[in-house]
Amino acid sequence: MKYLSEYRDPVLARSLVERILAAATRPRVLMEVCGGQTHTIVRQGLQEFLKGAVDMIHGPGCPVCVTPLEQIDRALHLASLPEVIFTSFGDMLRVPGSDSDLLQIRARGGEVRVVYSPLDALEIARTHPDREVVFFAVGFETTAPANAMAVWQARELGISNFSVLVSHVTVPPAIRAILDAPDNRVEAFLAAGHVCTVMGWKEYEPLAAEYGVPIVVTGFEPVDILEGIYMAVRQLEEGRAEVENQYARSVRRSGNEPAQELVGKVFELVDRAWRGIGEIPASGLGLRDEFAAFDAERRFDLGSIRTSEPEECMAGDVLRGKIKPFECPAFGAGCTPERPLGAPMVSSEGACAAYYNYARFQAEPAGEPA
Amino acid sequence: MKKAAGSPEPEPVVGISRVASAGLSCPAPAGEVDRVLLGHGSGGKLSAALLRERFLPHFRNDVLAELGDAAVVRVPGDEIAVSTDSFVVSPLEFPGGNIGHLAVHGTVNDLAMMGAEPLYLSAGFILEEGLAFDVLDRVLEAMSAAAQEAGVIVVTGDTKVVERGKADGMFINTTGIGRLYSGFRPGPARARDGDVVIVSGPIGQHGVAIMAAREDLRFEVEVRSDTACLAPLVRSLHTACGSAVHSLRDPTRGGVASALNEIAASSSVGIRLEEGDLPLPGPVSAACEMLGLDPLYVANEGVLVAIVAPDKADSALEALRSHPTGQSAVRIGTVTDNRPGLVLLRTGLGASRVVDMLPGDQLPRIC
Repeated sequence: MKYLSEYRDPVLARSLVERILAAATRPRVLMEVCGGQTHTIVRQGLQEFLKGAVDMIHGPGCPVCVTPLEQIDRALHLASLPEVIFTSFGDMLRVPGSDSDLLQIRARGGEVRVVYSPLDALEIARTHPDREVVFFAVGFETTAPANAMAVWQARELGISNFSVLVSHVTVPPAIRAILDAPDNRVEAFLAAGHVCTVMGWKEYEPLAAEYGVPIVVTGFEPVDILEGIYMAVRQLEEGRAEVENQYARSVRRSGNEPAQELVGKVFELVDRAWRGIGEIPASGLGLRDEFAAFDAERRFDLGSIRTSEPEECMAGDVLRGKIKPFECPAFGAGCTPERPLGAPMVSSEGACAAYYNYARFQAEPAGEPA
Repeated sequence: MKKAAGSPEPEPVVGISRVASAGLSCPAPAGEVDRVLLGHGSGGKLSAALLRERFLPHFRNDVLAELGDAAVVRVPGDEIAVSTDSFVVSPLEFPGGNIGHLAVHGTVNDLAMMGAEPLYLSAGFILEEGLAFDVLDRVLEAMSAAAQEAGVIVVTGDTKVVERGKADGMFINTTGIGRLYSGFRPGPARARDGDVVIVSGPIGQHGVAIMAAREDLRFEVEVRSDTACLAPLVRSLHTACGSAVHSLRDPTRGGVASALNEIAASSSVGIRLEEGDLPLPGPVSAACEMLGLDPLYVANEGVLVAIVAPDKADSALEALRSHPTGQSAVRIGTVTDNRPGLVLLRTGLGASRVVDMLPGDQLPRIC
């Protein structure tokens, strides 16, 4: 496929692997922030090629995984209300709440619909004026502009039966939290190409300078990721700590300014809890007061929800890169994609599901990573 | 159709004002009828007319013409293959076919995968009040054509009508009876170390066509459902390879990945696939990228997976390629005694990954 096959070219990938192996004078620890990159790394078995030279730690960049349990439980509550049509991206449907998930709510009579865009949800609201349509606005900066646009348009078009349950998070505070952890091993980061397509990389420059870590804005195809790794390793070896852009076909330093402007008009920075990690100050987006009418949390009574997280789930340690998924005792035993204990086992971007689906056979006999 | 058995000579459907005025509760219409009414399921004159005018013309044969409470058929041999399947696809019509094609191909193909020559079909219809007759007619035409091509006859049937909102336009159930080929009993537990894995054609087309129709997505090149009868392919495989064909599956729901996982588990073997050998049409692969789906899990309706002894693999490929449906048949992998129960795929880059069963439906990703 044009614009894709060249980034999956085995010859090019091989030569990048050779260059990484030659460049690394000692084993390096890198973190890919984005779940989409984790997916490619595990699915394509890239770690197999980098053994001994680079250890990839999978970061907290799966929006499904870090959406806090309270927010999932709120979604489940809203979806079970008879007046509500609850709309969501597909991979939120299996995420376990305290005692259920959206698929089960749907089976019990709740109206839950998968949409590909929040604007589709807005259209459902327009054509169902007698129902309350709620969209589950999760994701990093990548999905924020479209979600902002849906809210903006709802106001412009006077669609009053539309609201969003917001659980937006942002990348830079998460990187800071990882670097601040006393047991941090990460030496360099691959930043998420799609997030930076929207946001640019200006906000990463202070991080690289302050912590002395290389950050490489990286795409999602195997060749992208290998090139990103190569650029990061080279920086480490040369003693540099800069922000570099591997994903130049999509990302500019200033990002997509009209999109940022719209996001800024609709959302403001808020403190946000990350599932498995805890609260990170100013790490999320919430609706501004002038859009309160479209905020599901303010529109519905969600006060009395009590959450309970299964004790045996070590998602927090996985999301912080402290352990590999198969080091969790529940992995593949008490926790599988059919009966997940935590969100990373659900989403196709989740580290646990990625390992379960694609690399389980390598973890099984020796307990060694791919 | 058996529901019509014993009915008196029915009145015409159009302009039945006499019936309409006979009682206030009668749902029969006064004017031109262009869609299914609840009255069509009443068992009365409307039902009889529906059968006579819409169903019977498509399925004419001597057995059905008896219109008894059950069909009486002749079946050679002591053993027969029986298979049943229900069809609930939405939308009813999609690029490349409609629910009628699926209702025939689905059941006929299931019989074929057991090494049986399909002979007879039953057809049960659950129609939703309000279903347009022109849609129903197109579905019945498709069933009739598909049955004829497959060499089966519809010998018994049933129709029911349910209220608006209780069925997605229409549901169809078909049951098929087939004659087993002698000395030819492919089964999921018969794959052996060294066998060759073959698919008969490009994968992923049906599921993507349905998804595109459902989401109203348009691609530069339209993806059409591959719905097709696989019985002729199996007939040729039987002739060319006989008992060297160890397993046959039609990878419908759950796609090629699920079919191979079932074989790997039942036969306690490993299966190794080569990503580069998968026959993946460009538009299918593009659509899957956009929709966040893995084509290995996307449904097919006109493709078979064959596990064949290595010395007969070339004959099998030649036999499949002699049919238009099988002309792009290729080998995609091998059976090994390594890691029993696991399907492994060697990626384009040379690494391996597990191709597992899906826990449920494939769900589109956020980004």
